[in-house]
Amino acid sequence: MLHALPLAESLAETTTSLSGWLTGLFSGTAPEPGASSSAAGIIVASVLKATVIVLIVQIGMLYATWGERKIIGRMQDRLGPNRVGLFGLAQPFADMIKMLTKEDITPTAAHKWVYNLGAILVVPPAIIGFAVVALDRNLIAADLSIGALFFFAIGSTAVMPIFMAGWGSRNKYALLGAMRAVAQVVSYEIPQVLSIVGVLLLAGTLSMNGLIHSQGPIGDAFPGVWFILLQPIGFVIFLLATTAEIERTPFDIPEAESEIIAGYHTEYAGIKFGLFYLALYFVTISASAVGAILFLGGWQPPFAFLAGIPGWIWMTAKTLALVFVFMWLRGTLPRLRVDQLMAFAWKVLVPISLVNLMVTGLLAKLVAGRAPLMVFGAFTVANVAMVALLIWLVAGWRRFNAARQITFERPAVQAVGAALRRGAA
Amino acid sequence: MGENWAFVAILTVIALTIPILGILAAMVLAPKRPGTIKNSTYECGLETVGDAWVQFKVQYYLYALIFVLFDVETVFLYPWAVAYQSLPLLALFEMIIFLLILGIGLVYAWRKGALEWI
Repeated sequence: MLHALPLAESLAETTTSLSGWLTGLFSGTAPEPGASSSAAGIIVASVLKATVIVLIVQIGMLYATWGERKIIGRMQDRLGPNRVGLFGLAQPFADMIKMLTKEDITPTAAHKWVYNLGAILVVPPAIIGFAVVALDRNLIAADLSIGALFFFAIGSTAVMPIFMAGWGSRNKYALLGAMRAVAQVVSYEIPQVLSIVGVLLLAGTLSMNGLIHSQGPIGDAFPGVWFILLQPIGFVIFLLATTAEIERTPFDIPEAESEIIAGYHTEYAGIKFGLFYLALYFVTISASAVGAILFLGGWQPPFAFLAGIPGWIWMTAKTLALVFVFMWLRGTLPRLRVDQLMAFAWKVLVPISLVNLMVTGLLAKLVAGRAPLMVFGAFTVANVAMVALLIWLVAGWRRFNAARQITFERPAVQAVGAALRRGAA
Repeated sequence: MGENWAFVAILTVIALTIPILGILAAMVLAPKRPGTIKNSTYECGLETVGDAWVQFKVQYYLYALIFVLFDVETVFLYPWAVAYQSLPLLALFEMIIFLLILGIGLVYAWRKGALEWI
């Protein structure tokens, strides 16, 4: 640790000086820390940063589609794309060209403005969330003091373009898909935002960099361990609710092709369909990145002696691991039924996250300021107890249901009941 | 901080130009051969019957009401959680009472059947 930290510090210095250099290059002055740059400098630097983010995200998205097709292909015992370029690596670009050169159809019945605006507005919320994603300790585009809240607030505006798309299409399947999507996204937003309250409570901040600082071996901030170890139940709820938020299988009811064609984007063709596809992968990546920040320690290495590896490598690896989990879920699980899906959010995830929040609040007071191992132990015991309680409750509920079915639905019982009723009549 | 929000504003503008550029590129590149059948509403090859813009059942909007309730609750929870470390123990019990009242609300909605998707 003693000789690893200086190396980490020097790498951090490098990233600082790099971003300082970029800012300085485009504002014409090398900014001192804390010195206010000119308005024009800020704008130019922001445009540059935004362009870099959009480019990185765009490339990430293109290869996420390729990766997903490869991974799902392997899971289904197929090869996946392998014709265009080496290992099919040029496939995303071929897809892009196809999207751009396909005829763009606007149905006669559709409301043209709402229909087209829906496709345009679905992309920005997916991109803006990246503003608060920290790639390394100094590589964060905008370290807002309300970072986590900002991300979820922006994410929740995505229901508006989806509803515009469904309503503007004037198609029954599209409207059904949009209605389902809105109901699902607002329902799963509750467990999603509740699941991270435990994390915020332990970290005591909403800023993304603050959240990362509080959970790593570098720095001596309070819990000092990844929040997935303290909030495993919170992490599972977050993962499930996020899968539903971004409408990925097994929660992709809004676009369930076996029921309602393609849901709200049934009527879209060519590039406008491509925009929905683009937004889906953007939010998959950004949600994974935020999951990595909130629960997996962002750019923090798992142990202090690994601090020599740059933070952005850790952050990228954790993000990709979560993206893989989303793909894995898609390759493994069948789609839920729509009523089961809604019931799962309100009757399972919301109560569990409320209980989890209360227990976390109590424990946070009890272990405040203790050593990481002690905090970890207390939270492990509490989480195991909660899981045991949950299993006991579910088992009891199933026994109760089974008993009710035997009493009322066994043919012999029904026959006796029918005979009694005949006798009474 | 102002710098950060300026960046968010600029990112919003750039994020808006991405789909617009895409659509403009498709306007140049994509063929335009509209037809009555091609531009009709898609319904698995069948003639469409009735309008898609119909009234939706009221059951659906109950979700919206419960959602607003719980979303406002989270707005209260976030500042509480951020300030929690510096608050006295009483803050925990206040929040538990608050959550219990909400829990009763959820149980009420559940018993009333507002959480059933029909």
